[in-house]
Amino acid sequence: MSAPEDGPARAARQAVARVGRYVFAGLVLVFFALPLVWLVATPFARTPSYRVPAPSFTLHNFRVLFDNPYAVRSIGNSLVLAAGTALLAVVFAGTAAYALSRVRLPGRDAVLYAILLLSSIVTGTAAMVPIFLMLFQLDLIDNRLALILVLTGGLLPSAMFILKDFMDTVPRSYEESARVFGASPFQILRHVVAPVVRPGLATIAVWAVVQVWGNFLLPYILLRDPGKQPAAVIMYTFYDEGGQPNFALISTFSLLYSVPVVLCYLLVNRRYGFRFQGGIKG
Amino acid sequence: MAGIELSGVTKTYPGGVTAVDGLDLTVRDGEFFALLGPSGCGKTTLLRTIAGLEQASAGTVAIGERDVTRLAPGQRDVAMVFQDYALFPHMTVLDNIAYPLRVKRTPRPARHGKAREVGAGLDLAELMARRPAELSGGQQQRVALARAVVAHPRAFLFDEPLSNLDARLRLSARTFLKRLQRELGITTVFVTHDQAEALAMADRIAVMDAGRIRQVGTPREVFGRPATTFVAHFIGSTPMNLLDGTVKGDRLDLAAGMLPCPADLPDDTRVTVGIRPEYLTYSAVEVPDALAGTVGIVENLGSSSLVTLETDSAEPVGVIVEEGTEPEPGTPGWATPRPGRVLLYDADTGALLDRC
Repeated sequence: MSAPEDGPARAARQAVARVGRYVFAGLVLVFFALPLVWLVATPFARTPSYRVPAPSFTLHNFRVLFDNPYAVRSIGNSLVLAAGTALLAVVFAGTAAYALSRVRLPGRDAVLYAILLLSSIVTGTAAMVPIFLMLFQLDLIDNRLALILVLTGGLLPSAMFILKDFMDTVPRSYEESARVFGASPFQILRHVVAPVVRPGLATIAVWAVVQVWGNFLLPYILLRDPGKQPAAVIMYTFYDEGGQPNFALISTFSLLYSVPVVLCYLLVNRRYGFRFQGGIKG
Repeated sequence: MAGIELSGVTKTYPGGVTAVDGLDLTVRDGEFFALLGPSGCGKTTLLRTIAGLEQASAGTVAIGERDVTRLAPGQRDVAMVFQDYALFPHMTVLDNIAYPLRVKRTPRPARHGKAREVGAGLDLAELMARRPAELSGGQQQRVALARAVVAHPRAFLFDEPLSNLDARLRLSARTFLKRLQRELGITTVFVTHDQAEALAMADRIAVMDAGRIRQVGTPREVFGRPATTFVAHFIGSTPMNLLDGTVKGDRLDLAAGMLPCPADLPDDTRVTVGIRPEYLTYSAVEVPDALAGTVGIVENLGSSSLVTLETDSAEPVGVIVEEGTEPEPGTPGWATPRPGRVLLYDADTGALLDRC
């Protein structure tokens, strides 16, 4: 075969292949971008529906949202639950992981793995009935603190496991140095260990917030009063008796629901950037 | 300020390893004291026991006449500088230096003022706002020292304070550390595995091996009259010649020759003869009362050279010669010991018997 005949044919084939690739990439992009576009655009649309709306602008949908007795309050409830759980998870998992990292116990690793394994086997749904019965008999149904404790308990094994790795990387000489200067164990934890593993603590806090933010089952079962329900549960009430969604409510609520998580991510990324400060080399 | 008194200190780890074995030691007030030994000899464990980071299994530790054996590290009024300096990476230099005062709940302005004052004395004034990761090794070491000085303890404990510095910096840090200790006059115990470092800095040295102290003395004593063959072998930048010999009247019978030695030992006593290469005089022509051999290897040490004489026995003899007078390998050579520098050790126990 000769080169002059072959050249144009190959160029044409390559052009077709390239067009095909771009079309495919474009379709994938549209597929993933549409929900996001819907989320941002629909709250401001005059006639919100399943479709991505034609360009229009109104704040009427937000009026509907603020008139709903539970909507805004539920975001507040979610914030309380998420912040409470994140705080308790960081404090409990942090202290437990520190102890597990520093105290030599026979079979320590086995205990740690057993806790982790059990907690991932006996997950939410399976543990639901016993937890409900227990709280019912303790008369703690519809109690937010009880819900926070249950949520925290579910996160602790994994949080301890992750934080123990962070604690293990803190050189013992840091603590020993502080001890020789007379620092108490609590001072050592506060002044030295916690600041050094701060990125790890931040990771656990963000992870806890995200877990609680999207949790439907536990608050749905353990809380009675709709005024205490978090956003993830309240969202299911925005359908009428016939199962038709109230788009004005759902679209604005979805936007509001996603804002704290995005803010949380931005804040943490800015402050900690998920770098890790390890020991100093000489 | 205070002396440190250890009596019968034993440290046995769970699992049965005895790191320190019934050890008695007195460090005098204001002394710069070195714990020297090969790795694993228990010197760091001993230092940590003084600090309180390890509990003595038996025996007592007293700092300034006060029994601190059962006290927590923070109550012993000592300051420790760790091998890795243990600077807190999230704190600035200023906060690091001020940390001991923060633990004592000194108000912030007072502790920052004191930290700045001490830091300036150690040439750290320009670096106060930096974090440890932004400092060089030598600067980090000075911050660690400043932190110890701020605590104003009764004793300093240094764990291998120079081992993380590069060779050249180590020499200047040695001088610096010694001057600092002298100015402050605070009792200081430091751990090192480097015999040159111990000889250069310490007022007195304890040479340790296998959890026991083999010799305590001034650098001159430890270098000139090592109490055992272990110490003799460990101290000195060129290893001491340790040769098998027998006492014959007022002479020593060695494989490489007969040496005059008016020692007060019975005839036919088997001894190990220790002579430092620095205390042998080399001769290219035959001289009486010398060790004879053939020049093997010549190692250049800068201003001098280490000549290895191959002798009739398996034991070569090292001799230090001045630069410019090095013999050619393969030529015969003789080495005469300086009077009073030949050490006689018991061939079985390795203990010093006599010298001549």
